[in-house]
Amino acid sequence: MKTQTVSFTLNGESVTATVPQSWNLLRTLRDHFELTGAKEGCGEGECGACTVVVDGDAVNSCLYPVMEAEGKTIVTIEGLEKTDGGLHPIQDAFLNNNGVQCGYCTSGMIMSAKALLDKNPAPSEDDIRTSISGNICRCTGYVQIVESIDNASKMMK
Amino acid sequence: MIDYEYKKPESLDEVFALLKNCGSQAKLIAGGTDVLIDIKHRKIEPEVLISLRGLNDLQYIRKEDDYHIGAMTTHAMLEHSELVEKELTALQQGAAQVGCVQLRNVATIGGNVCNAAPSADSAAPLLALGARVVLQGPNDRREVEMADFFTGPSATTKKDDEVLVELIIPGDMEKYGSSYCKHSRRKALNLPIIGVAGAIKLNSDNTISDVKIGLTVVAPTPIRALPAEEFLVGKAFTDDVLTEAGKRAAEPDCCMPRDSLRCEGWYREEMVRVLIPRVLKQAAGNL
Repeated sequence: MKTQTVSFTLNGESVTATVPQSWNLLRTLRDHFELTGAKEGCGEGECGACTVVVDGDAVNSCLYPVMEAEGKTIVTIEGLEKTDGGLHPIQDAFLNNNGVQCGYCTSGMIMSAKALLDKNPAPSEDDIRTSISGNICRCTGYVQIVESIDNASKMMK
Repeated sequence: MIDYEYKKPESLDEVFALLKNCGSQAKLIAGGTDVLIDIKHRKIEPEVLISLRGLNDLQYIRKEDDYHIGAMTTHAMLEHSELVEKELTALQQGAAQVGCVQLRNVATIGGNVCNAAPSADSAAPLLALGARVVLQGPNDRREVEMADFFTGPSATTKKDDEVLVELIIPGDMEKYGSSYCKHSRRKALNLPIIGVAGAIKLNSDNTISDVKIGLTVVAPTPIRALPAEEFLVGKAFTDDVLTEAGKRAAEPDCCMPRDSLRCEGWYREEMVRVLIPRVLKQAAGNL
């Protein structure tokens, strides 16, 4: 198995990892960096549980070859924590609006919401629904999730 | 355990050298959202993946005499391009309906075309807009009409040593209005039951000067609805004429839809009849 060293910025820190060239970003985050917030649901880009933000864009880390991470800036759910250990406003909004049921989709939902709100601080409901159109919640708690993101956008103003 | 080497060349010359050295063990990868899934399902088992993502100069949308779109342009770039939305509306609509945000952020137009799915969301718009693909080999460069590029499901005329580098849409298309309808059960993460794109140019007396119609999931490849196009040119732009065009497109000399998991063939045929008039009206509305 051919390995290679990649360097990138992960949640604000410069990191390097020597991993098999065929690994994807999700596996690298979970098995090498032990950041288990991003989940593997389908492993095929259909569920969004593995969503992380790469250079400002939400991507499926299960379909992102780790070799493409070289030089990129990557943010995972673990990177949202404030320096004082407090929650990010989007996380607060999910808690306050019952946006979490079983929780498996939550980190992906929140990372999709983060990519949206960083680009568009005042999204319409349609913008919000489009932003999470690649994230499946099998508890079907979509209404509360949309409300959570809407609430977060207002709190972040 | 799935294992492969991952090469990330920074120039086309490096790509050609790698393709020559690795031969049939190599697979080109752009955004990777189809290739990596095929590997996961062991439909393909390449020993080497050659990534085109280091070729940053293949990411552009330019209007010169013609429209030039670099093969590595992502669907998100097309979706958010004002030029594409205004002048190549059907393509913007197609790009905006691929998969979901996460996939559109990495999946490329060149990859979507080379993957040659009979259902590709970019295919019907590109056919309706009269696109050509530019194939670069180690020694020569050739252009192929979109309609001739697809030869079967997942099959194209691209040779193993060639790279699709660009799509060209004739500059004349700025005089056309265009539109795409993805007929599907859900708005996201779904392939179309059928896809219909139309581009139309009208004369001042409201007769049809020219029209092109692209259809997906009604044949083994994306196709042009030539019998309908031939019928329409020169006719008045009326409901009756559009309805007749829809009927002609649904005939077996144009469409041969099959039964599949997503729906049965007869329904696809019916939707060709319904959606062609609808899409052409929307296209004319975008003139």
